[in-house]
Amino acid sequence: MGLVSRPERGLITHDAGSQEGWVATRLDFLVNWARANSLWPMPFGTACCAIEFMATAASDFDLARFGMERMSFSPRQADVLICAGRVPFKLAPIIRRIWQQMPQPKWAISMGACASTGGMFDNYAVVQGIDTIIPVDVYVPGCPPRPEGLIHGIRMLQQKVYNERSSDTSIRDEMEPDPLSQLYIPPSVIDELGEPFGNSVNQTRSAP
Amino acid sequence: MNQRFQVVQPGSAEASGASAPATPKNLPNRGGETNPSAGALQQRFGGAVKRVDVVWGETTVYIDGASALEVITWLKDDPGQQYDYLSDVTAVEYREAEAPIEVVWHLRSLPFRRFLRVKAQIPKGQPLEVDSVWPIFKSADWLERECYDMFGIKFRGHPDLRRILMWEQYKEGFPLRKDFPLRGRFSRSEQLRQALAQNPEAKYSMEELTIADAFEDLPESMRERLKSGERTGE
Amino acid sequence: MAKRTVEVELSTTGLDAQGRAQRMPLSAIDDSGSAVAVAAPPSIEPELVGEHMLINIGPQHPATHGVLRLVLELDGETVVRCIPHLGYLHCGFEKSGEYRQYNQIVCWTDREDYLNSIGNNVAFALGAERLFGIEITERCKVLRVIAAELSRIISHLVWLGTTCIDIGAFTPFLWAFQQREKVYLLLEKWVGARLTTSATRVGGMAADIPSGWMEELRHFIKSFPHTIDEIDRMLTRNAIWVGRTVGLGVMTPEEATNWGLSGPMIRASGVAYDVRKDFPYLDYETYDFEVPVGTNGDVYDRFLVRMEELRQSTRILQQAADRLPDGPVNIDDPRVILPPKSKATSEMESMIHHFKVVMEGPRPPIGESYVAVESPKGEKGYYMVSDGTAKPVRWRIRPPSFVNLSAIPKMVEGHLLSDVIAINASIDIVMGEIDR
Repeated sequence: MGLVSRPERGLITHDAGSQEGWVATRLDFLVNWARANSLWPMPFGTACCAIEFMATAASDFDLARFGMERMSFSPRQADVLICAGRVPFKLAPIIRRIWQQMPQPKWAISMGACASTGGMFDNYAVVQGIDTIIPVDVYVPGCPPRPEGLIHGIRMLQQKVYNERSSDTSIRDEMEPDPLSQLYIPPSVIDELGEPFGNSVNQTRSAP
Repeated sequence: MNQRFQVVQPGSAEASGASAPATPKNLPNRGGETNPSAGALQQRFGGAVKRVDVVWGETTVYIDGASALEVITWLKDDPGQQYDYLSDVTAVEYREAEAPIEVVWHLRSLPFRRFLRVKAQIPKGQPLEVDSVWPIFKSADWLERECYDMFGIKFRGHPDLRRILMWEQYKEGFPLRKDFPLRGRFSRSEQLRQALAQNPEAKYSMEELTIADAFEDLPESMRERLKSGERTGE
Repeated sequence: MAKRTVEVELSTTGLDAQGRAQRMPLSAIDDSGSAVAVAAPPSIEPELVGEHMLINIGPQHPATHGVLRLVLELDGETVVRCIPHLGYLHCGFEKSGEYRQYNQIVCWTDREDYLNSIGNNVAFALGAERLFGIEITERCKVLRVIAAELSRIISHLVWLGTTCIDIGAFTPFLWAFQQREKVYLLLEKWVGARLTTSATRVGGMAADIPSGWMEELRHFIKSFPHTIDEIDRMLTRNAIWVGRTVGLGVMTPEEATNWGLSGPMIRASGVAYDVRKDFPYLDYETYDFEVPVGTNGDVYDRFLVRMEELRQSTRILQQAADRLPDGPVNIDDPRVILPPKSKATSEMESMIHHFKVVMEGPRPPIGESYVAVESPKGEKGYYMVSDGTAKPVRWRIRPPSFVNLSAIPKMVEGHLLSDVIAINASIDIVMGEIDR
């Protein structure tokens, strides 16, 4: 039986000889097991990464092996937002709106360099990482990531889902940082801190 | 299958003995074979044609910006030219601050298999305006809108000249101008704040809001602006 | 036989005096069995004539192939007007190109029309080489033809797969992506990347093909037509496919030329304009291939044209594989070409040379060039202006699907809402190229 074959978790007990047909496990594990293996992705495909995402879903790599073949093009029935591709500023309110429309529990995968950091598009038009708009669970590097890379990211997300505890109620809270707290960094300071990085073209913001 | 259209073959107007098109090789930097349309233009328009350049085998005709529509209409309609295909409308701004901005039309004549670049120079300080070629080439519709969006060049006579790539309330200016910094004028957080401040569902243009019954629900000020014929912005 | 009345509860007729839903006879059959007309119930619906509805598709909608947004004004289910909104993927390619050296721009061309990335590399390199005044070697030319035609094949396969999904057939998508993976394997062996290839350099290619590559290409050329035939058998005479594509989005030859359509769009409308034939590059005039032309200008003809182009591309690949000459790939010009890696790490002069080419970048003379190629979407042009420095003053992309898409308000007018999806799919848009 499939459940017995995962003894490393130490959570399942099943007496195969007793013919009673019962399984004892932790509720968290059962819920997480069910969630992790039937994640419905919402493909937010914008650019090149969407093509690799399609390749992942197609016959050679077959995303269906991980319970994800049901693409949910409506955010209302989705569990995972897979942001595949760059997100320009014009698209920023739309990805935020889609994230808000998704019901809890929900996770986000940022696929590719552009979605994660802005990538090579360090210019006036592109958001420098979608984590400035929505919370991201897994970042998949690559430009674009290979299908194997995306599958690895999905497996990592499944591990994360397995480790969730329903007693931890704060896990689904989305907080705006309190401006009075020590942890809060105002946006202008973030801008200053971010300035020397990604400066591949030897140009500062004040220069023409 | 029933045939509905006669097949149009490019090169139909060429002389019967004309050689088949071939890959250009060993092009000289300057000079070389000039497109015969350039000479015809000089004959027809005289002073409006300022200069003819041949760079890497491509003929460029510099014309007076005021006569752009007239010249291009003649190029399209004259039976000896037949430039019936507008490939591209764009603009060039040079790094030297005093160099004029150039509006570039790339024209193709499919019957003659010719390629011609027409340029109009707008000196700095003058209003950035040229005639739209939309009345004769429908392909100019979006190309001119993009040129307006990126450079701020106004095309007189374009029916719907509003931003196409950037959103309509974009405040930072015209991105492809040389005085526009690569990363925009505002800081990253300000750019993101402004972008997120738009409501994606309220983003219909003025033109769309005139349709259907949305008009009655608009604020009074916007209705006034719509009635006065304003088309862009919110 | 008594008169039989079919009673159906109508949701719109309202309630009677007792508050029960009114029942109205819809049709009746008299004694002889023939239908008799029944007076229609008095309508209490508001007068619908003149009331148009706005419907918004996108920007995040699976049938818009990316992040296109269409606002449709509908009269019932008929499209009265269509207003497209673009720019949701505007990433500032042209601006960024002004801050990059020519060889650095090559990797931006990958990401702009990402279905045709290696074809864009070839197109950009051709444009830059005209600006530099460089004549590439014969072997390089043939390798680039192979690259461009492989790229046309994979681009058309994505078009085929996604269009089938839009119209309701899923199987050809899987078949098409199986073949794409084969091309990806070839490209990966050649340049090391699947999608973003960055395969060309000014004056040559990033790499020569590895040994044994040609046999694999020949194997692909041999096996690939079977897939086209399979998809052909499945779709071309399929009643649903024909019913959903014939007669939609018709453009006449005059309109197609005037709207600036190119590629399969203009050829399906009966204009045999193909940049490879009419303004050739890479010695395409020496290859033997046909240009398929449609005569109806509708979605079905565009499908037929693209299917035939897949076959013709296979023909060109075969000829290129047969004629591939030996010799160097890169030109012998130290101004633009890097020294061999082994020398750059062992000799001082070569290291300085390597450093100068990479850090300062090759400088073209003052001038400009517009080189157009036949990309899978149409006439793709790169217009570059140089002022003598290592970075272009202006790098302009002539986007074929941008111009093709600009005709969509005209094409969908008067068609049904569901046909908008088929027409939009037939344009073969790539938002990365449209918004740039």
